[in-house]
Amino acid sequence: MEYILQPWPWYVSGPLIAIIMFTLIYFGKTFGMSSNLRTLCAIGGAGRKVKFFDFDWRSQYWNLIIVVGAVIGGFIAHFYLSEPIHINLNPDTVEKLHTLGFENAGQALLPPELFSWDAVFSIKGLAILIIGGFLVGFGTRYAGGCTSGHAITGLSSLQLPSLIAVVGFFIGGLIMIHLIFPLIFG
Amino acid sequence: MKYIKFLFVGIIFGIVLVKSEAVSWYRIYEMFKFESFHMYGIIGSAVISGIVLLLLSKNIKNSNGGLMTVPKKDRGLTRYLLGGTIFGLGWALSGACPGPMYILVGTGAFSMLIVILAAILGTFVYGIIKDRLPH
Repeated sequence: MEYILQPWPWYVSGPLIAIIMFTLIYFGKTFGMSSNLRTLCAIGGAGRKVKFFDFDWRSQYWNLIIVVGAVIGGFIAHFYLSEPIHINLNPDTVEKLHTLGFENAGQALLPPELFSWDAVFSIKGLAILIIGGFLVGFGTRYAGGCTSGHAITGLSSLQLPSLIAVVGFFIGGLIMIHLIFPLIFG
Repeated sequence: MKYIKFLFVGIIFGIVLVKSEAVSWYRIYEMFKFESFHMYGIIGSAVISGIVLLLLSKNIKNSNGGLMTVPKKDRGLTRYLLGGTIFGLGWALSGACPGPMYILVGTGAFSMLIVILAAILGTFVYGIIKDRLPH
């Protein structure tokens, strides 16, 4: 139990993620979480106006069930299988986040500076969450997949388009952290 | 009942991503700062295990008796590079990709619901202007 309560090392977590991908392929499905965003648009009736959402979303029902499971799994892991969060970040990272205005980095899964209700109810805080989410939703569909579909499934099946997409993920991430963060924070 | 196995897979997925700390905004920041091996280790070992599993299972039938097939991505460059970059910008800002954003709601981070709604909106806008974008 001791080992379960501790954070799991990368060499345990990575192979487990591969097994999850493999299990879904074994079930005749695929590992792709961002498809659910399109499905949710379709359920909301977007297919009546936009052709891209005009498909039988019931065929994607299984993937929505995975989402439900993921929420439950997050709850179980956080409230029953974890000791108080202390993420073992690089001290340099903690220091740099401090200069950007993020205190106590690693003492929670998410920074309260962005995700607490105080932050959410400020214009800047709300804008960050909305813009961040919008870019994720737009970019992932444009690229045809996210971390699960491209970085895990696509690279595991040696697909060049996925490698290009992952390069894109890093271009975007590096621009955000190294060029844009110093402008928004600090 | 035929969906119970997917519920189970989802639960395991949620547990693994929380326990690996891959759902943490801080870990994503640290990754893009190249200050820890942790995230690279997770993704790298997942991909290597994935390659091995898929190679070993080439002659195995799936649970429906069909072939084990991974959907092939269309060929292209622009959509993957541009779309990927846009996704990367959002990933680094919100610290969440489309799996973790749901998992984090389960950990009690209800403000993630705003990110999810915005992501649905982003996907919706992509669907509207899709034909006018270079792919």
